[in-house]
Amino acid sequence: MSEVETRYPETEQEVARIVADAFAAGLPIEVRGGGTRKGFGRPVQAASALSVAKLSGITNYDPSELVMAARAGTSVAEVEAALAVNNQMLTFEPIDHRPLLGAEGEPTIGGVFAGNISGPRRILAGAARDSLLGVRFVNGTGEIVKSGGRVMKNVTGLDLVKLLAGSWGTLGVLSEVIFKVLPRPETTLSVAVAGLNDAQAAEAMAAALAMSVEVSGAAHLPESVVHKFADVGVRGSAATVLRLEGLEPSVEVRRARLIAEMSRRGEVTVVEHQPSLQLWREIRDVVPFADGTMKPVWRVSVAPSQGHQLVAALRLKTGVDAFYDWQGGLVWLRMEADPEADLVRRYIKALGGGHATLVRADAETRTSVPVFEPQSGPLLALSGRIKDQFDPGGILNPGRMTAAV
Amino acid sequence: MSELIAFLEADKTVISRRPAIIADLAKLLPEACLITEERALVPFDTDAFVSYRRMPLAVVLPETTAQVAAVLKYCNDNSIPVIPRGAGTSLSGGAIPQEDAIVIGVSKMNRILEVDYPNRAAVVQAGVTNISISQAVEADGFFYAPDPSSQLACTIGGNIGMNSGGAHCLKYGVTTNNLMGVKMVMFDGSIVDIGGRALDSAGYDLLGLICGSEGQLGIVTEATVRLIAKPEGARPVLFGFDNSVAAGACVTDVIGSGIIPVAIEYMDKPAIEICEAFAKAGYPMDVEALLIVEVEGSDAEMDAMLERIIEIARRHGVKTIKESQSATEAALIWKGRKSAFGATGRIADYICMDGTVPLGQLSHVLQKTSEIIDHYGLRVANVFHAGDGNMHPLILFDANDPEESLKAEKAGNDILRLCVDVGGCLTGEHGVGIEKRDLMRHQYSDADLAQQMRVRGAFDPQWILNPSKVFPLDGRNGSQPGNQSAATDTRTAA
Ligand SMILES: Cc1cc2nc3c(=O)[nH]c(=O)nc-3n(C[C@H](O)[C@H](O)[C@H](O)COP(=O)(O)OP(=O)(O)OC[C@H]3O[C@@H](n4cnc5c(N)ncnc54)[C@H](O)[C@@H]3O)c2cc1C
Repeated sequence: MSEVETRYPETEQEVARIVADAFAAGLPIEVRGGGTRKGFGRPVQAASALSVAKLSGITNYDPSELVMAARAGTSVAEVEAALAVNNQMLTFEPIDHRPLLGAEGEPTIGGVFAGNISGPRRILAGAARDSLLGVRFVNGTGEIVKSGGRVMKNVTGLDLVKLLAGSWGTLGVLSEVIFKVLPRPETTLSVAVAGLNDAQAAEAMAAALAMSVEVSGAAHLPESVVHKFADVGVRGSAATVLRLEGLEPSVEVRRARLIAEMSRRGEVTVVEHQPSLQLWREIRDVVPFADGTMKPVWRVSVAPSQGHQLVAALRLKTGVDAFYDWQGGLVWLRMEADPEADLVRRYIKALGGGHATLVRADAETRTSVPVFEPQSGPLLALSGRIKDQFDPGGILNPGRMTAAV
Repeated sequence: MSELIAFLEADKTVISRRPAIIADLAKLLPEACLITEERALVPFDTDAFVSYRRMPLAVVLPETTAQVAAVLKYCNDNSIPVIPRGAGTSLSGGAIPQEDAIVIGVSKMNRILEVDYPNRAAVVQAGVTNISISQAVEADGFFYAPDPSSQLACTIGGNIGMNSGGAHCLKYGVTTNNLMGVKMVMFDGSIVDIGGRALDSAGYDLLGLICGSEGQLGIVTEATVRLIAKPEGARPVLFGFDNSVAAGACVTDVIGSGIIPVAIEYMDKPAIEICEAFAKAGYPMDVEALLIVEVEGSDAEMDAMLERIIEIARRHGVKTIKESQSATEAALIWKGRKSAFGATGRIADYICMDGTVPLGQLSHVLQKTSEIIDHYGLRVANVFHAGDGNMHPLILFDANDPEESLKAEKAGNDILRLCVDVGGCLTGEHGVGIEKRDLMRHQYSDADLAQQMRVRGAFDPQWILNPSKVFPLDGRNGSQPGNQSAATDTRTAA
């Protein structure tokens, strides 16, 4: 695809002017942050691109209030560095898609929220959308709109914040985001159980989450992927890993309880602080499938108890490799050849529902295969009506999420 | 109370068609689900914002989603306003009807449909009470986290309507963070399923939008909610301070230290006195400000956390520290806190504000609040969720004194404007309803509100759902179909 002209506004007003002009002229624009997730979603057909990369900088951060505000183009690296100084962090562990997509550039905080990009801690601390407290954005007619604010609890009017999170730039150009942050846990470790098959692992993870030990990460790494990780505490067989975080004395107590329960299921080892941090970064960034290829990769979200059933069913039909996060509810699938979109989606439906997103595939495939789960019936109509209320000209990232929005 | 807050003017043609409408409704639902007699309608003429009352045209209490759909479709086809209702405990007037409206109450739909432990989810009908979910799963070691003080009565449908919170939301989040899916009837009677047992869903985050939408986007008939493993134990500890500044600073330091207790609740002296007289919880009476800090986990974990919290409290000159010694004592401490509104209601009429402020502003806002209250010559008791900055000043007044009532309402508005001015918001968990509707412009620009209203219109093109609420009546876009009538009705309640 040929590169289109890209503009880099430095103020929110400039963004508003560019969008207002595009609206008046009826010319679609592609909205970008750092462009690292450009290869994700349907390729956008637009006359020009607008990057918020220069709309950057942390605008408000008082560590004692656990809230940060930053312009949308602020790099995730800058945000995380500022938080690290105060021993704080983003709770939802945003994925860095670069290794998986083979992409370059700097991920931006606006892009993280626009994609609702959430990592392993999602099962305990919520998704990116749960951390997002307020937004400022420019809608598709060039108006500057704000929603939410910088307080933890807010039910003042409709929660447009949630709607903007995960809308992939199709409802508005985020100009500023305000989000909750948390202190970093004092210590962390992972309990690894060796040799469980996928079904046993699903049971083990459910049992761990039914215990009051506050598991903050629950992943199952089948034998086929386990060697891709630096240190999972287990060699030569599948590893089911459960993360604990918090104050030292508390983690000690929970570790003992979790080990007691898990050793009934398989051999248990403990991955200590540093290697555990590394392990969860690798799980978060889908390292097993960051293989430098363009083999299709699906991100599947289903009920945690259904993940392994989906994989088992697919294995009978096609070449697929898989591992699980979110207690089994987040399944990363790498297909050998064809994305098999129909098969994947049919099985998900048969297993009680959920959805699949084609995270990696070449541009041609992404145009022909619906990247995001297609909607139907009243929900499709409703999404269309909502889109119209933000972007009546249909100029923001046309086609990024579906052919319609 | 003298009426400051207007409703939309009732549509006389709808009212004149009342007999025909009732006859039509009778065809859509079993007889026991339709209430039309004046005396039986009275309990539905207001909610917990009792200063305002309006009799509805009729009340329906459907037993199934299909019945809800039939009634809603009928109302939409005939342009009849609809007021969704749970238990009617809204403190902002969110469930108050109007004279041309049908109330659709979900209280008969009160079954727990499925409990799914492997996926830590429960599927419930919208009319189940908040507490009954936790009660149903307690024996198996789980609970449903959001715990409004009204949890014995309020419904999950109402909790979704208001995105309700509670004392324990500091750690676990409010309704929106614990809601996984809904079944909802749309304006035209179509039924949609949004979300479910997966941790996120496809497309736009409609679930996030619906939560806290105050009955304006559709009627929720079922919800899938997150269950959480119940901690081994929990221990509330009382920290008494000589002044609110020290207590406020202690809250900020605890939060900033990396310990997130399950709850940090704040009470000032008047609140302590009121609650102690009611619950005999053993609150210290010689302090100006009291924090209830609850930690949970095993004994060893709680000891470790408390040790650090106590150290921080000492740095702020804490005067008394009292750990609960038994489950009974712990229960009493919470009984005192959770009955704060009821206990206040025994000594005076009150209105409860609900603004949220950034944590660093707590002491400043408390100070200013007392100045505002002094200015109007009223009394106030502060009892609130300090850990997340959600203030609840209870303004005491005599409802039989019209002048004082008016003062109370004005003082409340001043306090809410203050919350917004320091970077906070009008309402943290009680919703806008009618109560804060006319203050919305203090927080939002016209463009902000217009965007919200357009989204609302995408769900309910005729604006039949709870039309008098949330958005200032005068700023509504006259060109929106069905919303031409922004004429208002400010009659004094009978
Ligand atoms: C003593 C007391 C203490 C309280 N403590 C707290 C507290 O600690 N925290 C807190 O957050 N709140 C509290 N509240 C406020 C109130 O209880 C909550 O707002 C509660 O969620 C309302 O639930 P309900 O079932 O009574 O709903 P209602 O009052 O009947 O309705 C609330 C709103 O939701 C809408 N609604 C109701 N059901 C549905 C449905 N099925 N579909 C769509 N919309 C619907 C209504 O139209 C209305 O706008 C308290 C109230 C009282 C009286």
